[in-house]
Amino acid sequence: MFTHLVWLIPLFPLVGFLINGLGWNILPKGAVGFIGSLMVLLSFIVSIGIFTEINGSAAKSTVIPLFDWIHVGNLTIPFSFQVDPLSSIMLLIVTGIGFLIHVYSIGYMHHDSGFAKFFSYLNLFVFFMLLLVLGSNYVVMFIGWEGVGLCSYLLIGFWFTNPSYASAAKKAFVMNRIGDLGFLIGIFLIFSMFKSLEFNSVFPQAANLAPNNSIVVLITILLFVGATGKSAQIPLFTWLPDAMAGPTPVSALIHAATMVTAGIYMIARSNILFTLAPFTLNIIAIIGIATALLAATIAITQTDIKKVLAYSTVSQLGYMFLGLGVGAYTGAFFHVITHAFFKALLFLGAGSVIHAVSNEQDMRSMGGLSGKLKITYATMLIGTIAISGIPPFAGFFSKDEILAHAYEHNKLLWVLGVIGAMFTAFYMFRMLFLTFFGKFRGTTEQEHHLHESPASMTFPLIVLAILSIVGGFIGVPEVLGGNHWLAGFLEPVFHDSLMKVHETAALDHNTEYLLMGVSVAGALVAAIIAYVRYAKNGHVPVPDTAERGALANLSYNKYYIDELYDFIIAKPLNALSGFFYRIVDKTVIDGLVNGFGRVASEASKGLRLLQTGNIGFYIFMMIASIVALLAYGFFNI
Amino acid sequence: MESVIQSIQGVPLNHYILFSAIIFTIGVVGVLIRRNAIVIFMSVELMLNAVNLLLTAFSAYRGDASGQVFVFFIMALAAAEVAVGLAIIVMIYRNTNSTDINVLNRLKW
Repeated sequence: MFTHLVWLIPLFPLVGFLINGLGWNILPKGAVGFIGSLMVLLSFIVSIGIFTEINGSAAKSTVIPLFDWIHVGNLTIPFSFQVDPLSSIMLLIVTGIGFLIHVYSIGYMHHDSGFAKFFSYLNLFVFFMLLLVLGSNYVVMFIGWEGVGLCSYLLIGFWFTNPSYASAAKKAFVMNRIGDLGFLIGIFLIFSMFKSLEFNSVFPQAANLAPNNSIVVLITILLFVGATGKSAQIPLFTWLPDAMAGPTPVSALIHAATMVTAGIYMIARSNILFTLAPFTLNIIAIIGIATALLAATIAITQTDIKKVLAYSTVSQLGYMFLGLGVGAYTGAFFHVITHAFFKALLFLGAGSVIHAVSNEQDMRSMGGLSGKLKITYATMLIGTIAISGIPPFAGFFSKDEILAHAYEHNKLLWVLGVIGAMFTAFYMFRMLFLTFFGKFRGTTEQEHHLHESPASMTFPLIVLAILSIVGGFIGVPEVLGGNHWLAGFLEPVFHDSLMKVHETAALDHNTEYLLMGVSVAGALVAAIIAYVRYAKNGHVPVPDTAERGALANLSYNKYYIDELYDFIIAKPLNALSGFFYRIVDKTVIDGLVNGFGRVASEASKGLRLLQTGNIGFYIFMMIASIVALLAYGFFNI
Repeated sequence: MESVIQSIQGVPLNHYILFSAIIFTIGVVGVLIRRNAIVIFMSVELMLNAVNLLLTAFSAYRGDASGQVFVFFIMALAAAEVAVGLAIIVMIYRNTNSTDINVLNRLKW
């Protein structure tokens, strides 16, 4: 019954967007926040209904057609929604965490003049994200895909009067566009190969193909290019740290919990295509682990609290792609879920800290906040432990599943993954200690103003902290006495892929214990190093002006990747544009256009001399012309 | 009526055409070479009447009255045109004290 009400889920946020968007200067702030949150809550309730229905029934996948959208020749694209285990879980994440973040925003954005604008954008984002998740074909998914990109752009540039924020928004939009082109071409190729864009039609056809079909490999690579843009992987990841220009709830919702996982969702959705292309899977695994390590090594020297979290997000997304690349679709999606919990929590916590210290984001000016911000401190501590992969918190189970599959696939990937996990634990605890331990390093004015955030902000923190603790229990592996409920639930989605995967001998339990032990020990060691350095010895990162070691400098400056892109892409492009501007446009095209004008004006200058003012001459010309015309007619020349 | 037609047809049609052409040419040449506006006007009238004559002659030869009807129209038009034209010439004379058209040579480039 709920399944057939699925169209309500995206409808509610759309209604909220319309109400708040049209009534932005009429509605009072209270009403705006209430409507915006209520609409997402209603969607969440329907999503719970759908989830329980899916969980209880045998029919695991239902397509609900709404209307025929495009019908041209042999191309038929219905506007329809697909409800299955994968989309039902994503629905819960998007609407559930979306709701919490809406509530949080009521407190966080309270002083902002664009309050209604903010809520209408957030609602619009939720609407598009739900379209992306629910679409039963690649085109509806693509609409959502572009829509969330648009909302991301609008929200990063929310404070657009600051030029650097506005250019961060543009950067995000342009980099996403590069990825989207790959996705779009991939969609075209899928249509030309399978004559359909419906998931229900493409995947069964694909399941019958032989592996390593060259077109499928090409399709998957193009889809992956799309995913690298949206999910911030090498080489298109530099937009995500800059996207922190947006308000913190936006960073939590869009740039941590939901939108950036769209690439993983899309690949998990198309898993059968990727399973048939081991070549692409290898690329995904390599890009994933490379991104995870690169971002983690950048995060360890950042001083802006949101930048640390941003690079941490890039790094965790890298882990998810590593999971996809080694064929652990369930593991990757599991990490999407747990990451949504603890990263949203960490971002909201960071927002609470920023709110308390009067919009200061530099951790060098924080410190010693644990006494004043008790709830924020406790919840962020939970989030930090969860992301570091310390049991029994959520991050441990999902990260461990990915690492175990990586070990089966290639031992080197596992080693790199564990190193990355150690970095993760280090920079997260570093952030925690710098923020909450030691003495306050800000101005006295900020110190007087220190306060715990209002209940609308701490309530989401507490809920997310609880989820970060228990979230991992949906996927407890067999070796720890669980039955991995999530794997069973998602089995219908990944069924065809699991059949194709070359059956490797499952790891024996001792190996698994060993793997877990190593990664947990690594995380603990990293946490202790961070403790000694930043809490016990009270080390504070040096100011920007001070000298750094070569490696620290490299990391602090993000490996100069932005500068590199600037040098190899932006500079040549600008030079080329300059060439086209000066030579082609100014000389050739302008010359041509001005030339026509000059010819006309010179010719008229000559011709006007015929206008002598002598009436006799005019009449003579007239008669001569008439005679000529008559002669022409008469002799029929 | 019959007798009029017979007397018209008494002269061969070629003569009428030749005669009209000569008068028309005189009118054209008059317009081209004379500078006095009034003389030009008279030359225009010559042209009109040459055409009238030709219309009447053809009308009589072909036994079709519509040619003669045209002649009436042309006469009415010519009268109207003369009224306007002479008024213009009077105004020109008042302003320039002359009817020489080459005085009015300022309408150029």
